[in-house]
Amino acid sequence: MGRTLAEKVWDQHLVRQGEGNEPDLLYIDLHLVHEVTSPQAFDGLRLAGRRVRRPDLTLATEDHNVPTTDVELPIADPVSRTQVETLRRNCAEFGVPLYPMNHAEQGIVHVVGPQLGLTQPGLTVVCGDSHTSTHGAFGALAFGIGTSEVEHVLATQTLPLKRFKTMAINVNSSDGRLREGVTSKDVVLAMIAQIGTGGGQGYVLEYRGNVIENLSMEARMTICNMSIEAGARAGMIAPDETTFAYLKGRDHAPKGAEWDEAVAAWRELRTDDDAVFDAEIHIDADALTPFVTWGTNPGQGLPLGERVPDPARIVDENERMAAEKALAYMGLEAGTPLREVAVDTVFVGSCTNGRIEDLRAAANVISGRKVADGVRMLVVPGSMRVRFQAEQEGLDKVFTDAGAEWRSAGCSMCLGMNPDQLAPGERSASTSNRNFEGRQGKGGRTHLVSPLVAAATAVRGTLSSPEDLD
Amino acid sequence: MEPFSTHTGIGVPLRRSNVDTDQIIPAVYLKRVTRTGFEDGLFSAWRQDETFILNTDPYSRGSVLVAGPDFGTGSSREHAVWALMDYGFRVVIASRFADIFRGNSSKQGLVAAQVAQPDVELLWKLLENEPGTEITVDLTEKTVQAKDLTVPFEIDDYTRWRLLEGLDDIGLTLRHADDVAAFEAARPSRLPTTAAPAS
Repeated sequence: MGRTLAEKVWDQHLVRQGEGNEPDLLYIDLHLVHEVTSPQAFDGLRLAGRRVRRPDLTLATEDHNVPTTDVELPIADPVSRTQVETLRRNCAEFGVPLYPMNHAEQGIVHVVGPQLGLTQPGLTVVCGDSHTSTHGAFGALAFGIGTSEVEHVLATQTLPLKRFKTMAINVNSSDGRLREGVTSKDVVLAMIAQIGTGGGQGYVLEYRGNVIENLSMEARMTICNMSIEAGARAGMIAPDETTFAYLKGRDHAPKGAEWDEAVAAWRELRTDDDAVFDAEIHIDADALTPFVTWGTNPGQGLPLGERVPDPARIVDENERMAAEKALAYMGLEAGTPLREVAVDTVFVGSCTNGRIEDLRAAANVISGRKVADGVRMLVVPGSMRVRFQAEQEGLDKVFTDAGAEWRSAGCSMCLGMNPDQLAPGERSASTSNRNFEGRQGKGGRTHLVSPLVAAATAVRGTLSSPEDLD
Repeated sequence: MEPFSTHTGIGVPLRRSNVDTDQIIPAVYLKRVTRTGFEDGLFSAWRQDETFILNTDPYSRGSVLVAGPDFGTGSSREHAVWALMDYGFRVVIASRFADIFRGNSSKQGLVAAQVAQPDVELLWKLLENEPGTEITVDLTEKTVQAKDLTVPFEIDDYTRWRLLEGLDDIGLTLRHADDVAAFEAARPSRLPTTAAPAS
């Protein structure tokens, strides 16, 4: 019987097959590190007198705590500053390459890896961050780990793991395209609403079908990024010509004869025709319209044209209670059209939608228009490279002319570890990945949206899509 | 890691599904660089409500949390496990756990005991009707017992063995150092390294 893409990558990294109940031991090709989940891991190494086994397969960047204004000044929050300085000390002591604040390569770890060409098909990629699933867009097996596992990878460059199950997510439309105004963010939000926040537990999701094949690498990253919001270990897409074209010539991509050798190996990285997935679902992309969340988990989403749901009509008791609590927290009335929900803040950025194509899409909508009175719009590029690229294209000017704030690179308001936060009761339309209670600031209310919906919402002041403008 | 065989303590019913890691410990509490002292952050938003279960005695002294399905979803922060343990929890019972949370628990000696949802409902009723009821979690027998109710729980056998023995993963892996070195030596030279390329 044939094998799936995930199984092929797994098998290629087997250091040792587990016996009986034992997990397999997998080799890790790329370990990405940031300041929040690493200090205790480095401490553990020091206590045990261990070194980093492969600093040359490890890369650190500062992203979660970094301010997005006044970046040339020291970080004002002393606790954030200590955490960033701790990373710098640890990287220096253990020989790990680091892109610190103000470096031209600094940015969100999941934006930095791909743009450097470090993220490649068939690799195993880990990071102490759940959105590591992003890198699966290249056909890498990429997943988030906890701090104990970070220490384990630093010490051994391996991880003991039980084999994951596999699930195919088939996304097809009549012509292989998404309808006008629909993006890969809408695809993944619809997928999570369909299978639920626990639907992917224990699985690697493989996104397939004619819609996926036609997506750009950045659009694919958006989808794989949010696999974790369905509870999945990882999301993957088989590498193809789009992948190879994206990688060719990037700093860390193979060169010369090694490039040809690599592409030949990468072409083998696809699910065999006779392979069987443990589970399979289908998404009819012809029926997809812009999608937004109304609740406090990413599975609580609906098409923008719908109304806030009525919990009384939910049969499952736990789901009903969750919906009641969500509406109370979100300050929403059942039956309100989603298009009438007014926001205070629009956030464009994050490892989900902070890449150049996302900024171009948002800029295209807002160009020549103004952010509505009483709404603040933050545009935070995912990396310094994205920032420079956007500035070369004049996108920063488009945003500032519209009344939006143009910021420096980092995780920013996605999780509010830096000063970019919602105040209690404030409501945002956000291109990020989590609408959990308090995620963007204590008492803050989050609606997850695509960059197109974010920009249109900024103009109208209520949840909107570009077709609502003019 | 301390070996774990059985634990008895006050059960705390938390009737919520999808308890995500941002609820267990919000991001602002993740800035510490040490491994201890995270109890302040545990459920910090909910604890501002004085009727929240951990603000009421005897639940405030609980050490076995009984929660709704999909506990620990969201971020990979192991701080969620540290916060629960620093507060005094040794066991979390739920019908479904997020994968990363479950893995993180197993590294720290927090038992994530998977109990069928109808049994979780029975435990909730019992703990609500008689606050302060103690729950005994027996990892050898894989049972949860409260008063005259005894229900089974699931945990994978390897994790159970590691918890019972209190074994540390890095030590276990280093027994296979030769396999790691052999694998490493055979990796193709075209694979990327993170050193800045010569420009």
